Amino acid sequence: MNLELLKEKFPNGILELGVDKGQNYVKVNLAQLHDVVKFCKEENSFNLNVLMDIVAVDYHTQEARFELIYIIYSIPLRHRLRLKVRVKDGESVPTCSDIYKSADWAEREIFDMFGIQFNKHPNLKRILMFEGFEGHPLRKDYPTKRRQKIPVMKEVP
Amino acid sequence: MTEIKDHLKAERTYLNLGPSHPAMHGTLRLLCELDGETIVKAEPEFGYLHRGFEKHCENSTYTQCIPYTDRLNYVSAMMNNVGFCKAVEDLLEIQIPEQAQVIRVIVCEINRIIDHLVCTSTNILDMGALTNFWYYFNVREKFYNVIEKLCGARLTTAYTRIGGITKPLYDGFEAEVKDCIRDLVKAIDDVEGLINHNRIFLKRTVGIGKISAEEAISYGFTGPCLRACGVDFDLRKDQPYYDYEQYDWQVVVGENGDTYDRVLVRFYEMRESSKIILQAMKRIDRQAPVMTSDRRVALPPKKEVYTSIESLMNHFKLIYEGIRPPAGETYSATEAANGELGFFIVSDGTGTPYRVKCRPPCFPIYQAYAPMCEGGLIGDAIAILGGLNIVAGELDR
Repeated sequence: MNLELLKEKFPNGILELGVDKGQNYVKVNLAQLHDVVKFCKEENSFNLNVLMDIVAVDYHTQEARFELIYIIYSIPLRHRLRLKVRVKDGESVPTCSDIYKSADWAEREIFDMFGIQFNKHPNLKRILMFEGFEGHPLRKDYPTKRRQKIPVMKEVP
Repeated sequence: MTEIKDHLKAERTYLNLGPSHPAMHGTLRLLCELDGETIVKAEPEFGYLHRGFEKHCENSTYTQCIPYTDRLNYVSAMMNNVGFCKAVEDLLEIQIPEQAQVIRVIVCEINRIIDHLVCTSTNILDMGALTNFWYYFNVREKFYNVIEKLCGARLTTAYTRIGGITKPLYDGFEAEVKDCIRDLVKAIDDVEGLINHNRIFLKRTVGIGKISAEEAISYGFTGPCLRACGVDFDLRKDQPYYDYEQYDWQVVVGENGDTYDRVLVRFYEMRESSKIILQAMKRIDRQAPVMTSDRRVALPPKKEVYTSIESLMNHFKLIYEGIRPPAGETYSATEAANGELGFFIVSDGTGTPYRVKCRPPCFPIYQAYAPMCEGGLIGDAIAILGGLNIVAGELDR
């Protein structure tokens, strides 16, 4: 996998290329994220056809508070790539659910757990927590011992 | 004619399947909009078993996280133990002893067999075939007896430690496992004899819940569900770990991606797993160490703790502060029974992980469940769910 190709294609979008413990990673500008993800899937020499997961990490003391990590894998070429993007609190991220279907629920989980908004997402609502839950539990400033009442379930449907 | 049809046309009805229903495998809920008995629209809801695994990990030491991983996929707990420990070892860049790798391979494959036994037998049970269930659960019981002897617990094993294994294998382990495998092969033959030409089984499974390879890849399928679609993807072969490339076995690949293929892929995988176990057991050496000697993760021997101050402090710090990997992050994936089990761990250099993200294999698979059900009957929805092997403990974390 020739990652320099990404730098040629997106001179402003790629902030850093590197290898960490034998795993490739690329730091991407938020504005170009959607294009980079699309390119990674469609470029034949990359052929990254599975989005395994999206991970969010909350660095609450830093200015760009969240980091999203897209873990993508190529079944035919057997390589893995991590795309990393920094997101400020309140900023919204373009959805990748039009590129990879697995992004749909992964983004919903991040919205649920961290409160990061995704632009043009088809169905952005809570997935693991119940409706009416206040706050986002995996943010570092959510207290571990806070308890919330589970609301009475409304009529079906 | 049209008048009569209009008159007969019934209103759409709504059915709430689950969350507490024996056929809904754990606490899953499916809201269905029905036209007659056909599902027009389905909406899954889950999270009933959410207990904050990732938040818990952020407030525990790395070693304390291991028992939490048992509860992810409680059907094959040891594979989660191995997956998590491998991720932390990758973060520390530690190589575990060869003997520990061999034992991890053996217990992983035993757990893969147990997982497939539970998945396929309950799937067929949901379609009304009870005999197979007893055939398989007898074998499962025998395997669990071995696991119980090995680590003292049947389901909540916590068998691995960061850097190796808690304790070596007991005497007579090989003979007992060989006995189990003999029973397993017989059970698979018996069950295949009952279902291979069974018209009810074929009608309920062939072509039901069909998904194409492209679609499955886009949904992020891994494991037996993806291989049933005809995609040759198995991390044990593609990105081998623990010397999986040295064993002689084959990746089982299906064709059509329907429920029938998903069941059969699991049947054949059990045979392949038993091949791996038999080969790995030849490499067992009871004299070799099963724990790394790296003092960053391994407790010093008790004798040293009582006689030297350095070892005492080492012991105290490892217990009190926990293992302290250098700041950094890593993603480590293993092939669990259901697909790729990934752990993404961020360390800030302290004794507790800054962030642990678990990628449960059935989370992306479950996303495709509602589209697969739509257009089918209610009974099909149950048959599909069993074939996908959704484990709520892992799905909800």
